[in-house]
Order: sequence, then structure tokens, then C-alpha cells
Amino acid sequence: MIFDHSKHERDARAHIMFSKILIANRGEIAVRVIRACRELGIATVAVYSEVDRAALHVLKADEAYSIGPASATESYLNIDKILAVAQACGAEAIHPGYGFLSENAKFARACAQAKKKIKFIGPSAASMEIMGSKTKARQAMERAGIPFVPGTSRGAQSIDEAREAAEKLGYPVMLKAAAGGGGKGMRLVHNPRDLHAALEAAQSEAQRAFGDAEVYLEKAILNPRHIEMQILADEHGSTVYLGERECSLQRRHQKVLEEAPSMLVDPDMRRRMGEVAVRVAEAAKYCNAGTVEFLVDQKKNFYFLEMNTRLQVEHPVTELITGLDLVNLQIRIAAGEKLPFTQEAVAIRGHAVECRIYAEDPDNNYFPSPGKIAMLEAPAGPGIRLDSGVYEGWTVPIDYDPLLAKLIGYGDDRAQAIARLARALEEFFVAGIKTNVALFRRILADEAFRMGQIDTGYLERLLASHPRGKDEAKKDTADVAAIAAALFAALETPPKAGSNNGTDAADGATNWKRTARTEGLM
Amino acid sequence: MIYNVTIDETEHRVELDRAAEGWRCQLDGHAVPLDAVLAQPDVLSILIEGRAYEIRREQAGADLTIWVGDHAHAAEVRDPRSLRERRQRADHDKGARQLVAPMPGKVIRFLLEENSRVEAGQGVVVVEAMKMQNEIKSPKAGVVLKLSVAEGAAVNAGDVLAIVE
Repeated sequence: MIFDHSKHERDARAHIMFSKILIANRGEIAVRVIRACRELGIATVAVYSEVDRAALHVLKADEAYSIGPASATESYLNIDKILAVAQACGAEAIHPGYGFLSENAKFARACAQAKKKIKFIGPSAASMEIMGSKTKARQAMERAGIPFVPGTSRGAQSIDEAREAAEKLGYPVMLKAAAGGGGKGMRLVHNPRDLHAALEAAQSEAQRAFGDAEVYLEKAILNPRHIEMQILADEHGSTVYLGERECSLQRRHQKVLEEAPSMLVDPDMRRRMGEVAVRVAEAAKYCNAGTVEFLVDQKKNFYFLEMNTRLQVEHPVTELITGLDLVNLQIRIAAGEKLPFTQEAVAIRGHAVECRIYAEDPDNNYFPSPGKIAMLEAPAGPGIRLDSGVYEGWTVPIDYDPLLAKLIGYGDDRAQAIARLARALEEFFVAGIKTNVALFRRILADEAFRMGQIDTGYLERLLASHPRGKDEAKKDTADVAAIAAALFAALETPPKAGSNNGTDAADGATNWKRTARTEGLM
Repeated sequence: MIYNVTIDETEHRVELDRAAEGWRCQLDGHAVPLDAVLAQPDVLSILIEGRAYEIRREQAGADLTIWVGDHAHAAEVRDPRSLRERRQRADHDKGARQLVAPMPGKVIRFLLEENSRVEAGQGVVVVEAMKMQNEIKSPKAGVVLKLSVAEGAAVNAGDVLAIVE
């Protein structure tokens, strides 16, 4: 990346940067935004629910205010409460992070209409409304001539209408909630027999999850790749693309591991996808950071899937390969600055892979595993970035998404990025709660993954197969574990009453313990 | 000191004696040259003939896990001199088994009724936590003796949800 620093400084002077930003979020992303603000010399305001009083983002912020009970609808989704805090503390802008209110057009509009106007760091409410409904987005893209997955552009009104549409598209078809996301209200239908039940199930799930039962049909692309393009648009009419992210590693339609660039995408395909992404953004008059998601079939045809009108969880992989700071740029764009570089200056260097570390138990059907973090050892070293929202001793609450941290490996090429990430995962240790760290060790060691043979069905296939070699390796360490377990017990055995024999084993242990204590080791 | 240690369901006998030069250790009757240092309250460094092991202890309720590097081993340590532990052990596998909530959450619904037959691994109750619904499965085949909580109830980790015999 080549910055024209002198030009950037001129622009910075021409606009007034915010002096205080409120972060309407929690967890690792709130900490990430606080870091960007600190670097820009902007004061930070955290908001927190009752259970988050001791959360990391509260510890790291300059100011912090309570916004209500644990339930997200009464706290992190409470528009009135958050705006009242912003007005009272004099915040000039709000960064919504991802999730919660980040894609809520009503919130963006309420910020603009507040008594003391507040800048929403993100796109306009109007752009969000176009992209917030998958059917509306399809209609807009149809007009702009964007390639998208064949299907209907409005919700099915009746089973007969759905049946007719499905026949026309050809089975298998995918049913999707118009307001959807995160795999909710989604059903894959292989034959006409199953359509009716699947439609009803998808509609009721959509109604429950989003308060909107609209479900439409798409031709199912089997085991596609999920590749997305990062874009940035300023408020002066410039839009650029920053390369793609490969997000095919998913479980139950939730991303688990992301990387950039994609092994599938060559420079020509990147340029074509990037140009389509820019057109998508322009069709929605889009400003700030956004992501255009594509499905890619086995012949490398790509289809517009949806646009995420916010910062993505996986933005760090793009930051590492472009050398850009997306949150920094989001804030500067919101302050009215022009993009400090052109499309030609965007260069991709190296490779980055991100693991989403969740509080969940891979050995027990991925049950969420909230609770107190008894021990936490974070990895470090060359090419390793850890964006974390937790610390040792913190109790992960049950009330929110179980994402603890994101661990990202960067290297000159994919093999080095993977090697560094695998090394860092060995260093990463969490006790007290279960995490999916072991799952990532398995993925990174898998031959098919290393060869880049991945699609959206990859992870389910890997999980269904038996882990190889793990049991033998475990046998080697079982003897050491037995000795260690006995040692831990021996170290805790109190000295026998009445015994003052200095050579007694229990006394010896206690002496050892005492020594360790004096040396500050215990 | 003698300990009976179970690691991943395999029994071991570990003899430990503190000698002037360090620990004397016998594992299942074989002498092991052992150099051990407690680095942190739950972290041991063990050297065996130059091989270095970083070992961590994780205690979650009654469950003890010994981590050797990134290998997790389920462990149980018994002092054979303790009568109480011997008695507890004798009772361990017999009779009814409890299904407990693995995390705090809300009971959404039961998938089986009382007195119905259940296979090992079959889902018995659905608990919602962290916005995800999870099936709690039966640890053994048998009959659902009792459903211990009501649908819709909030439960804590470790609360008994049902009993299977």
C-alpha cells in the first residue's frame, strides 16, 4: 500500500475529526474499535449490560455507562437508551461494531435525527434498507445487471407459487428468509415431496427469528464456495475493493475459519469480482465499509448473494494482506475524509488465516460453554494477531454470542500463514471453559485443507470422519499425565499430624511448596 | 506415597517419594527418572531423560483434566489408603444415571415422556443457551425414570434434568 501522506494530512486538516466516539457493542469488536480510536486520539465511550460490568471493553474505555439488564433487547439493542447515553456524554459518533444494531436502519436514522446530531459510522439508513431485505436487494441488483443466483425476487405467497418456481428452477432448491442471516429460515429441498413441509418450517423459523415470515426460493448451488469482497466507499463518490476473503469453512451456515486471499481467485477473477462488488455498492449509494458476498460454483462462476452493510468479524485477514486499518478508515470516512488512496494503489501481499475461537465444546456437540476462564495463555510471536474480548478470571456470560477471540496467522504465503497459526494454536491454552481450539488444530493439520480443497460442505465432512492419529499420539502422553496427576496430588497432601520427620515424603512436598511460594512461583 | 491414577479409563499405579536429589517415581512398577518443577499453581514442568513436558491441570467441578501439551487427558486420582474413596468407587457405575445441564440455560422441551425407553445417545431434553438449542443425550440405554424439571424452567450448570435407569 502506498499512502500519499502529505495529501492525507491536507484532507485531515480540511475536516474535523471526532473527539469522542461511543461504541454500541461488546466483546472483542468493542475492544478492536477502542484500539482504533486510541490511535486516532479519540476518546472512547463503552456501554454495558449488567453482566458486562467487568467486561474487557469496559476496562479499556475512557468512559463507560450502564444500559440495562443482560437481555440484549433491553441493553445492546435498546436504541433509546444508547442514544440517551451518547447525547448525555457528548459523543459525536457511534460505531456499531457487527451484530446488535449494526445493520439496523432505524438506529442509523435515529442517530441522524437526534437532538445533537450523531454520526453513525456506517452506511446511510437508505442503503441499509435496500440490502437488509434479501428480496429487495435482488430487485435492485436485477436493475443494475448484477449476476445473482437464479431464483425468485419476492417471497412465495403460496405453496403453489413456490412449487411452480421450484419446477422452473429445477431441484434442488434453497429456501431462504428475506430478512435472513446466520442460517436461520434456510432449507435445502431435494424433491417436490419435501417442499411444503420445508416452506412451512422456514417461514415459521423466519417469523420467530426476524419477525418476518417472507421466504423466497433460489436454485441450490451444491457445495459452493463462499467468497466475499471487501469494499470501502467515501462520501465523495469513490468506491474501492480490497480483495476477497474465502469463507467456505462453515458449520451450520456459520463461518468458522476465514482466509485471504482465496486460493481459487486469480488476479483476473479478483478484478472482475471486485468491479461487480463496486457496482453493487454504487447501486445502493453505499458509503463506508461493506462486504459483498458471492457464491462461487465449481466452474468458478460467481453470483451475488448479499451485501453486509457493516464491518465483518473476519476483517483482520483483509487488513493483514492489504496493510490497511479498516476501522481507522471507517472513522475517517465517517468524519468526511476522502479515501487516502486509489484502486491502483491497493496491493495484496502475503496470506492470512483467521480462527474464530468460541466458548463451545467440540467433544460434546458444540454445546456453548459459558463460565469462568480459570486459565488463559495467549499466543504471540511472528505473524500472529489476537483480537480478544476476554481475560483470565472473567466469567463469559450466557447471554450473548460465544465468540471469545479471533486468532489470525499471517505469512508470506498460505503455507507459512498456516504453519504460524498452527504453532500459535499450540501455545493457546484456555481452562475453565471449553473452546473449539482443538477443532482448528484438526482443520489445519488436514491434508485437504492444506491443499485448499474446501467448500461449504468441507467442515461437516471433516467432522463426520474419524480423527486420524490422535489416539496414538495421546497414548504417548498418557504415562506422563499419570505421573503429573499424582504429583499435583502429592503437592497438596498436608503434612501428617505429629510427624516431624524431615525425610517424610509429604513433608518434602510441603517444603517444596513453601520454597515455591517464597520464590513467588505459586 | 502411592496413588491409583486413572487416565482416559486406564488404571496406573504411581509411587512418589521425595528424595534429597528430587523425586523418586515408579510408574506401574517401573522406575522413571523424574525432574519436576511447579512453574505456576496449575502448571508443572516435567523433564524425563531430557524430554520436556509442559503440563497443566484443569479442575472443573469433580472433573480433573491433565493437559500434556495440547493433549487433554481425563484423570482421576485416588489414594488407596482412603476408605471413603474406595466406597465411592464401588457405587460409581451402578443403577440410575442423571442427565445434568452442561451449562446454564432454559429447558425448551422434553423429547421423551417419563417411563419411555431410551437408547444410549438418544436426545432426551432440549436446552437453550447462548441463543443455541442443544439436545442433552442419554448416557445409557434404559428407561426414563423421571423428568426432574419443568419445560420453560431456567437451569444452572450441573442441575439434574432427568434420570435414566
